[in-house]
Amino acid sequence: MKQSLTLGKVTKFVGLGFFVTFKDLFTGKLSKEDFRMFLRKTIVPVASVFLFIGLWHMGAKALYNIEADFRIEKALKDQGQAAADATASCIASGDKTCQPNTLPSPTQVWGSFQSLLRDHKLINDSKEAFALKVGSLNAKNEEFNRVNATKIAEGIIAKKEAIVYTGRASFVDQIIRSLKTVFAGFLLALIIAVPLGIFIGLSPTLKSSFNWFIQIFKPVSPVVWYLLVFMIVKTLLIGSSEDSSFTISFISVGLCSMWATLVNTAMGVSSVDKDYINVAKVLKLGNFQKIFKVVLPSSLPLIFTGLKITLSVAWMVLIAIELLAQSPGLGLFVWEEFQNGANDSNAKIIVAMFVIGIIGFLLDRLMLTIQNWVSFDKTEAI
Amino acid sequence: MSTIIENKTKSITNTRFPSNDVMLDLNRLKKVYPTPKGDYVVLEDLNLQIRKEEFVTIIGHSGCGKTTMLSMIAGLNPISGGNISVLGKHIKGPGPDRGVIFQAPSLMPWMTALQNVMLGVNQVFSHATKGQRNDIAKYYLQKVGLEEAFNKRASELSQGMQQRVGIARAFAIKPKVLLLDEPFGMLDSLTRGELQDILIEIWNKEKITAVMITHDVDEAIFLADRVVMMTSGPKAKIGDVLDIDFERPRTRKSVLEHDDYYKYRKHLIDFLEH
Repeated sequence: MKQSLTLGKVTKFVGLGFFVTFKDLFTGKLSKEDFRMFLRKTIVPVASVFLFIGLWHMGAKALYNIEADFRIEKALKDQGQAAADATASCIASGDKTCQPNTLPSPTQVWGSFQSLLRDHKLINDSKEAFALKVGSLNAKNEEFNRVNATKIAEGIIAKKEAIVYTGRASFVDQIIRSLKTVFAGFLLALIIAVPLGIFIGLSPTLKSSFNWFIQIFKPVSPVVWYLLVFMIVKTLLIGSSEDSSFTISFISVGLCSMWATLVNTAMGVSSVDKDYINVAKVLKLGNFQKIFKVVLPSSLPLIFTGLKITLSVAWMVLIAIELLAQSPGLGLFVWEEFQNGANDSNAKIIVAMFVIGIIGFLLDRLMLTIQNWVSFDKTEAI
Repeated sequence: MSTIIENKTKSITNTRFPSNDVMLDLNRLKKVYPTPKGDYVVLEDLNLQIRKEEFVTIIGHSGCGKTTMLSMIAGLNPISGGNISVLGKHIKGPGPDRGVIFQAPSLMPWMTALQNVMLGVNQVFSHATKGQRNDIAKYYLQKVGLEEAFNKRASELSQGMQQRVGIARAFAIKPKVLLLDEPFGMLDSLTRGELQDILIEIWNKEKITAVMITHDVDEAIFLADRVVMMTSGPKAKIGDVLDIDFERPRTRKSVLEHDDYYKYRKHLIDFLEH
């Protein structure tokens, strides 16, 4: 690791190599060959983005017209010419009360995105104001709790709870909450699946005894996992007033997504190159040494492939599970917007869709980076 | 002429050496693989004694069971019948008293050259201090000409360099017997020559009893005190044994210019062609 760490190496390492060509374009270091690369890697993707937005715009417009025509037609049939004219002029005027409710255009989505950010700022401000207002009171309560700690423990005096902000969560808060859920679920999957996968991979007996289990539970839908976890957690937390939606959703996410890691780890461990195993045998390495010096490093690439799939599955099922668990997050956000049916609800749903997609992509890149970091196999994973 | 040699070698195959001189003893060795069509007998009634500080090469046609025999000596392949003993003790499974240099270098690609050698050294010299163990590993890596590459990952080394590490790893654990399974089979002829020189140089110092499989007749003669020829399978056994009476230390030039060289070579090729 003595080589200098240049921008080029870093970006290539995290799988965003095309930025370098972009930089070289301005520093004038490009040859003809590089320019062709630049065309392929930068210009073409950017052009395809514009093409996508253009098609989307036209599609949205066509759908808008269908919906608008239908409304005018309906008004004409039900209430006569005057009503039809009124509807037409109302739609044309852009009045919110009579806008056709259909696929939003890119402009509307962008507008909603900005309004969501504004909303976040508003909520943040009000949170700060709230914190300022209750700060001294909370401090007082804490002081009171500290002074009377023994009496509270004995149950003579009731503990004074801190006052917390209970207002509406902003879009950004919900993203953060979703990320927390997904990471908790991912960690759970990691903690269960990797050790279990190692044991299954090492022992053919365990493998055959677990195989049915894996085969049956792997294809189970996230919805069913949620219901199963709900049944169990609900009973375990009986009598507790705590909000269990987070616990339920992260456990469901973990259970639902861990299978890829389990299967890949078991496969990686059981398919270690026979030569390496022979070396370990000849050197009479102990079990501990054999596992940690030979088996695990050699199966790391497959384990990471599993973890990468697990993280992307976790992110994908999260939305459905949050929606069911009523756990605040992007899933619930989408569901609430859908139920809400406000004028810009559809646009907000599309914003959420893009945010979900982009975060999913970034998570995948993150895993790829970690994989490149720890794995001996330097061939570029996709 | 050839009948004379045959008669002479016949007696050699049956020779029993004095038991305190024998390092490795294969006695009525048998290997059977069960198949759906009945048992397939790879080796049968194979007897071979190898003396202390002897270098023996084994040649024979592909698939005759050379590698099977070697991996049985290494303890990696169960014995179907007969026995193998090292210094009079029957072997039970693999162990560091029998070092192996595999055909593929079989280094852990995620470890550096030094770590690969240390893997074995740590295991065998567990009572030594870390410094001493490090010195042992570095000594043998220097011997194979890799003083510049201690901290290079195995995956960054060329095939030839990797096999050098393999040689260092095998010698560093100071085995009683060294088993080499066509260690240079995957290398180009130039690299192969280099590695033969390195191998024989270390071996001259350490004098570890060595059994090496090869397909290369010249290699077999250059390295060995005795060349063992195996008959084609199934039911392969020792077909012939040829003593190579060149002085040690040998150089490639002196061997090639020796009067007996082409006689030995002809003998081996005659055996392989029949």
